[in-house]
Amino acid sequence: MSTAHDTVDFAVALAMFEPVLGIETHVELGTNSKMFCSCPTAFGADANTQVCPVCLGLPGSMPVVNRTAVESTIRMGLALNCSIAPWCRFARKNYFYPDMPKDYQISQYDEPLCFDGYLDVTVETDDGPRVFRVEIERVHMEEDTGKLTHAGGTTGRIHGADYSLVDYNRAGIPLIEIVTRTIVGTGSLAPQVAKAYVAELRNLMRALGVSDVRMEEGSLRCDVNVSLNLPGAELGTRSETKNVNSLRSVERAVHSEIERQAAVLTTGGRVIQETRHFHEDTGRSTSGRSKEQAEDYRYFPEPDLVPVAPSEEWIEELRGTLPELPALKRARLQAAWGIGEHELQTIVNAGALELVEAAIADGVDPAAARKWWTGELARIANDRDLELTDLPVTSAQIRRVEELVADGSLNDKLARQVFDGLIAGEGDVDAVVAGRGLAVVSDDSSLLAAIDEALAAQPDVAEKIRGGKVQAAGAIVGAVMKTTRGQADAAKVRALLLERLGVSE
Amino acid sequence: MAVMEGDLVRQEAAVLARAIAEGEVSAEEVTRAHLDRIEAVDERVHAFLQVTGDAALETARAVDRKRSEGAHLGPLAGVPIAVKDVLTMRGVPTTCGSRVLEGWRPPYDSAVVERLRAADMVILGKTNMDEFAMGSSTEHSAYGPTHNPWDLDRIPGGSGGGSAAALASFEAPLAIGSDTGGSIRQPAAVTGTVGVKPTYGGVSRYGLIALASSLDQAGPCARTVMDTALLHAAIAGHDARDSTSISAPVPDVVAAAQRGDVRGMKIGLVKELGGDGYQAGVSQRFNEAVEILTSLGAEVVEVSCPNFEYALAAYYLILPSEASSNLARFDGMRYGLRVGDDGQHSVEEVMALTREAGFGAEVKRRIMIGTYALSSGYYDAYYGQAQKVRTLITRDFNAAFEKVDVLISPTAPTTAFKIGDKVDDPIAMYLNDIATIPVNLAGNTAMSLPVGLAPEDGLPVGLQIMAPPMADDRLYLVGSALEEALVDRWGHLLIEEAPAL
Repeated sequence: MSTAHDTVDFAVALAMFEPVLGIETHVELGTNSKMFCSCPTAFGADANTQVCPVCLGLPGSMPVVNRTAVESTIRMGLALNCSIAPWCRFARKNYFYPDMPKDYQISQYDEPLCFDGYLDVTVETDDGPRVFRVEIERVHMEEDTGKLTHAGGTTGRIHGADYSLVDYNRAGIPLIEIVTRTIVGTGSLAPQVAKAYVAELRNLMRALGVSDVRMEEGSLRCDVNVSLNLPGAELGTRSETKNVNSLRSVERAVHSEIERQAAVLTTGGRVIQETRHFHEDTGRSTSGRSKEQAEDYRYFPEPDLVPVAPSEEWIEELRGTLPELPALKRARLQAAWGIGEHELQTIVNAGALELVEAAIADGVDPAAARKWWTGELARIANDRDLELTDLPVTSAQIRRVEELVADGSLNDKLARQVFDGLIAGEGDVDAVVAGRGLAVVSDDSSLLAAIDEALAAQPDVAEKIRGGKVQAAGAIVGAVMKTTRGQADAAKVRALLLERLGVSE
Repeated sequence: MAVMEGDLVRQEAAVLARAIAEGEVSAEEVTRAHLDRIEAVDERVHAFLQVTGDAALETARAVDRKRSEGAHLGPLAGVPIAVKDVLTMRGVPTTCGSRVLEGWRPPYDSAVVERLRAADMVILGKTNMDEFAMGSSTEHSAYGPTHNPWDLDRIPGGSGGGSAAALASFEAPLAIGSDTGGSIRQPAAVTGTVGVKPTYGGVSRYGLIALASSLDQAGPCARTVMDTALLHAAIAGHDARDSTSISAPVPDVVAAAQRGDVRGMKIGLVKELGGDGYQAGVSQRFNEAVEILTSLGAEVVEVSCPNFEYALAAYYLILPSEASSNLARFDGMRYGLRVGDDGQHSVEEVMALTREAGFGAEVKRRIMIGTYALSSGYYDAYYGQAQKVRTLITRDFNAAFEKVDVLISPTAPTTAFKIGDKVDDPIAMYLNDIATIPVNLAGNTAMSLPVGLAPEDGLPVGLQIMAPPMADDRLYLVGSALEEALVDRWGHLLIEEAPAL
C-alpha cells in the first residue's frame, strides 16, 4: 500500500532508530560443470540445452558432488577467516516450485562447510575511512534453481501469468551462500557498509578466481535483512529484501527500507516479518509473501550423498593456494603509488583497482591511469549500468590519448569524447579523433576572431577586464570555448585575450 | 552329451547360458520360448507391466551373431531376464506401478540395465510392483495385482511380486528386484524362489527410482542360489554416478555358491525373529532347515538382537520421510501425468490435482506420514529418534557378527496370504516385513531361499540368511549348502512342485 507518507526522511529515521543489517549473498561459482552433474555452466546458451537426467531431477538420477565446487567453497571460507568443518553433510530443502526439478533443493542446513569468520570493510566518512568488521556466520554450498519467465499477465509473477517458461540450464549451477551475523552499530552508514561488504566479497571472489561475479548476469544475488530498533531496545522485526542484484541496489535497498520501516514505526505501525522484492527501476521494494507463518522446508540430511569430510592436509593445501587478499593488496598498492587512503578508496569504490594496476603495468602514467579509470570511464560505466571491466578500453588506448593531450592535439574535454567514441565502437583513438573531428583549434587567427566576437557581444565584460579585473576573463574564455565547441585550448584563449586587451595577469 | 533336458523355460540360467555358448540352442530360441510362455500364462499371473518382445528378440539375435563370430560370451549371455519396473530403461515406459508416471519414457538406462546389456542378457520386459515399491503384496500396483503362481488367489509378495512371480511361473529364469524393507526377500519367500538384497552400496542405485534412498538396494532374483550368484556378480560393483556406491571389490559370490559349505561356520539364530506371530508351518520348516545346517557341520547358536523390536517403528518413520521428499518431483510439471491443465488452474492446483489423481492410497499415506515426521518441531521426536534406533540396530548386528558368521531367521512370518486379505489393514501388511527390515536399516546383506512348503497350506516358506556388509559371499556359502541338502532330500528344486498353470 503506497501513501504519500510511506517513508520518513533517512536522516530523521536515523535520528530515532538504530538499523541492524544481515546480508545473505548467493554467488554462482565459476566451475566448468554443475554442482552435481557434468553439464556445462556457460551463460547464455539456448534454453534447456545444458541439462541431463541429474539436473533435470529425472526419476532414478543421482547427484555426485563437484570437487572443484567444494574446493572453491573452502578457499572462500579460508579467505573469510572461517573455520572449516571436518565433516558435514548436504541437506534437502523441500518445497514445491516449478523451477526446482526435484521439488527439493540440495543445500546445507545445520552443518555448513565453513563457519565463524569475518570480513573487514572500509567505508568513507566525513572523518576519514572507517573499518567495520562484518562477522560471517556461515558459508555453505547449494545448487541453483532453474529460471522462470512469466508471460502475459500484469504482475510479472507466476500468479496471473498466461504461461511460464522454465529454463533448467541454470538448475544445478553451484552456488555458495554467505550469511553474515547481524551487523550492528553502523548508524547512518548502514547503506554504505552493506554496499562495501558486498563489494569486498566480490573483490575477494575475483581475487580467488572462484567466480567472475557478474552481477548483471545474476551470478551474485543478495538478500538484505533490515530491522530498526530504538537505542537500547531489543532488535526489531526484520524484513528480507530479495532480488538485490547490484552494488548500487544494495545501498539503495537498505536506504529505502530504513525509511519505510521508520515510517511504519513512527505512525504506530508494526513491521511485519516478510519477504520484499526490490525493483531496480524505482529503487523501492514491494511486499512479497508474509513470513508470519514461516515456510517449513522439512530439511533432512541428503541420503543420496555421502558426507563431505575435508582432511587437514587438503585444507592446508588449499590455504596455500590463496592469492594476495584484496585488503593486503590495497595496502601494498597504496604504498607503491604513494597515494592517500581517500584516493585509494575512490579507486576501490569505483571497482578500478585491478584496472589501474594493469594500466600502470602496461606503461600508462600512474596519475593518468587513476584519473581516467575512476573519472570519465567510471562515469560512462555507471551511466550505462555496466561493470568497469566490461568497457572495451585498453591501456594502449589510454596511452595514446595521453600522448595527444601532451602534444596539445587534445584537451581534457576532447579526450573524454575520445573515450566515449571508443566505447561506442567508433574504432581506435585516432579513428575516433578523425571521425568526430576532434582537434584543438590552434589557429590564432580563428581564435582571435572568436575572441573579438565574444568581446563585442559582452562589452561590459570587456570593459571590466580592461579596467584590471582579470578574473572576469573567464566569461569571455567560456564564450570562445562554446563557439569552438570545446575544441580550443582554454589557456591559450586566455593568453590571446589578455594580449588583445593589453592586460597582464 | 546335451547340456539340457526338457522344457527351455524350466532351465536354470546357468544351464541356458552354457547351452547357448555351446550352440545347443540359440539365444533367439530361448527368448522365443520365454515370450511364448509369457503369452500363455501372464494373463493369469500378471507379472509383467511391459513385455519388450521385439527388443528382446533383437538382442537375442545379436548374441547369436556374436557367438557365430567367435566372440567371447559372458556367463549369462543370451539368458532372458525380467526387470522390476522401478529401474529406468531407455525408451521403455517406466511406471513404478504408478499412474503418476504414465507415459514417461526415460531417456536413459539405469546402471543395472546397462550392466545387464553389457553382460549380453536379454531383457524381456518390466515387472509389476506395488506403487513406488510401497507394499508387501503387489496389490498396491495401479495396474492391478500380480497373482502367486502357487495359488492364483494369493499374493506373490511385494513390492517385487512381479519379478518373483515371473520366476515362479517360468516366464523368466532371472529377474531384478529392489529391496527397501524386504521387497526382494519376502516375494522370494512366498513364491519359493531365491532373492538377495546386496550390501547397501553394492549395486549402483543410479536409475533405480528412489523410494527411500538410504534403504533401497537393487538385487538379483532367481530360482537357484547359483543363478542368483551369477546375476549378483553381473550387476554389482562400483559406479561413480552413485555416491553411496562402494568402491571395494565385490566379494566372489559365484565361487561361494560353487563351494556351498557351512562346515565350521557359526550361525546365529535371531531370538527376536521367530516364535509368536510366526505361522506354525513357517516355524516348522525353518526349524528343520536349522537341523540340516547343524547336520552339515555348522554350529547354530541363539543370538539376541534386542533393538530389532523397534525396527518396524523406526523404518516406518525413515522410509516415509525420505519417500515424501523423493516423490515430490512427481508434480505434473515435466513428465508423466498432468491433471487440471485447462487454463483455469494455477500451478499449485495442477500439482495438487496431479498428485491427487496420480498416487494411490498407500503412497499418499506414506507421503503424509513422512511430511509430518520431517516437520519443524516434530523432526527430532520422529526422524531424529528413528535414526538413533537405526544406530542401535546396526550395533546389534555388529555385536552379533562378532560372535557368529551369519544370522538366520524365517524371511516372512507367514506364507502367501489371499489377495484382498490385508489390503485395508496397513499395520498387518507392514508386519510382513518384520524380519527383513533390520537388514535395510543397518545396510548389510541378506538372502531368502525356499526351505519347504508349510504343511497347513502347502505354500512355500523362506529362510533368511543375513551377513555383515560386504560379506555377501557368506550368504551364498550357506545358501548353496542348504539348497543342495534340500534338493537331495526332495529330489528336485522346490519350485518343481508348483502347480502347472
